[in-house]
Amino acid sequence: MSASHLFRLIATLLLLSVAHSSFAETVLVAVASNFTKPMSEIAAAFERETGHTAKLSFGSSGKIVSQLENGAPFEIFLSADDEKPLKLEQAGLTVPGSRFTYALGTLVLWSAKPGYVDEQGQILAKGGFSHLALADPKLAPYGAAAMEVIQNKGLTERLQPLLVRGENISQAYQFVGTGNAELGFVALSQVIKDSKIGAGSGWIVPASSHTPIRQDAVLMKTGEENPAAPALLAFLKAAPAKAIIEKYGYGLAH
Amino acid sequence: MTDADIATLWLTFRVASLATVLMLIFGTPLAWWLARTDSRWKGICNALVAMPLVLPPTVLGFYLLVLMGPNGPIGKFTSELGLGTLPFTFAGLVVASVLYSMPFVVQPLQASFSAIGRQPLEAAATLRASPLDTFFSVVIPLAKPGFMTAAILGFAHTVGEFGVVLMVGGNIPDRTRVVSVQIYNHVEALEYAEAHWLAGALMLFSFSVLLVLYSALKTHPVAHQLK
Repeated sequence: MSASHLFRLIATLLLLSVAHSSFAETVLVAVASNFTKPMSEIAAAFERETGHTAKLSFGSSGKIVSQLENGAPFEIFLSADDEKPLKLEQAGLTVPGSRFTYALGTLVLWSAKPGYVDEQGQILAKGGFSHLALADPKLAPYGAAAMEVIQNKGLTERLQPLLVRGENISQAYQFVGTGNAELGFVALSQVIKDSKIGAGSGWIVPASSHTPIRQDAVLMKTGEENPAAPALLAFLKAAPAKAIIEKYGYGLAH
Repeated sequence: MTDADIATLWLTFRVASLATVLMLIFGTPLAWWLARTDSRWKGICNALVAMPLVLPPTVLGFYLLVLMGPNGPIGKFTSELGLGTLPFTFAGLVVASVLYSMPFVVQPLQASFSAIGRQPLEAAATLRASPLDTFFSVVIPLAKPGFMTAAILGFAHTVGEFGVVLMVGGNIPDRTRVVSVQIYNHVEALEYAEAHWLAGALMLFSFSVLLVLYSALKTHPVAHQLK
């Protein structure tokens, strides 16, 4: 191989790598488990639209935060609440001004059995079940909201012994989906199909009966240099993503 | 440590003790049979017993959640017996633990039963000891180190179990909230100080257990398991 050949090869390789960095990047995203389905769809649309790739890791927000605090390489964090992104911001781990509410969570009292949960959720007061599943209120905003609903109905004492706590909203869904718990509070996004509850039966809890579940996204400092990271955040605010978010039963912050 | 933390330690101790007793009761005849038999089922049974060693606990947890649920065969069976379903109950936790820690009991026992060989049994037979009598007066004393190893490892492994319990337990205080899940929850809730206390207690416990085991046996208890 002559020197000019070698030079040309190196130049080509350099060009390729530059091209790669400016056109198709990969962004690592940590996503709260309740947002699994919509985010998978949004990521696919994002890839079609921009050519960038979004690699998604799903888990509970609490776990993601402790991983981020300990140097996890995630560049974007989609939390299930608005407290944890704020906490990371206060710890100086995020890009200032990047935090925004990407979705409002909708809570649903759901059972895998058709006709089991009435559309006003009166079954909570009626009883007749031995397990009520929810996400652990201490760990998950959906769980905290579910507890609020129970308290507002004045049923805390009666229902406390029947509560089975999932680690997160996904596990609460598992408990109800397998029939081990007759009913439980899950995210509407987990049971929605063609803009209504797909299987079983449920009561869509009115947003007025609990503190809003504001789900915030934030850009981590790790993603500051990666053009795909802000691109994904911008995409989350754009019409196609908003349509997907609403399709899955989430509200949008105004 | 809070009262809630201490409650999880106490519950863990109860689950592990009961599971260990049950594993010894069921595991001893199984290990005996595995050690003596030439049946063609031996390989399959050995593999089945060892499965929890290689499967992720989530696999077992997932299957148990489905099988023990109201729509699963085990769940239907327990419901018909009037026991209800096992997930979210203390009994369910014990059943899951027994399945999950069984190899830690069966394998040391099987190894020590095999090591006894035929001679002591034949000697006992010539003295007109019945097989049962032989088992209690010859085999058990000879296999004592195996029983010790089995009991301690089975107990300790149950204490350290996490994935299965997380999936079938439902995290109910005083019923299914064991110490490993409590530590996990402390970390999830970003309560690192509380997590440290419990994690430290478990570290100390595990180390003490293994230290006692190794000093008492002067051997490598895990080594002869994986034959």
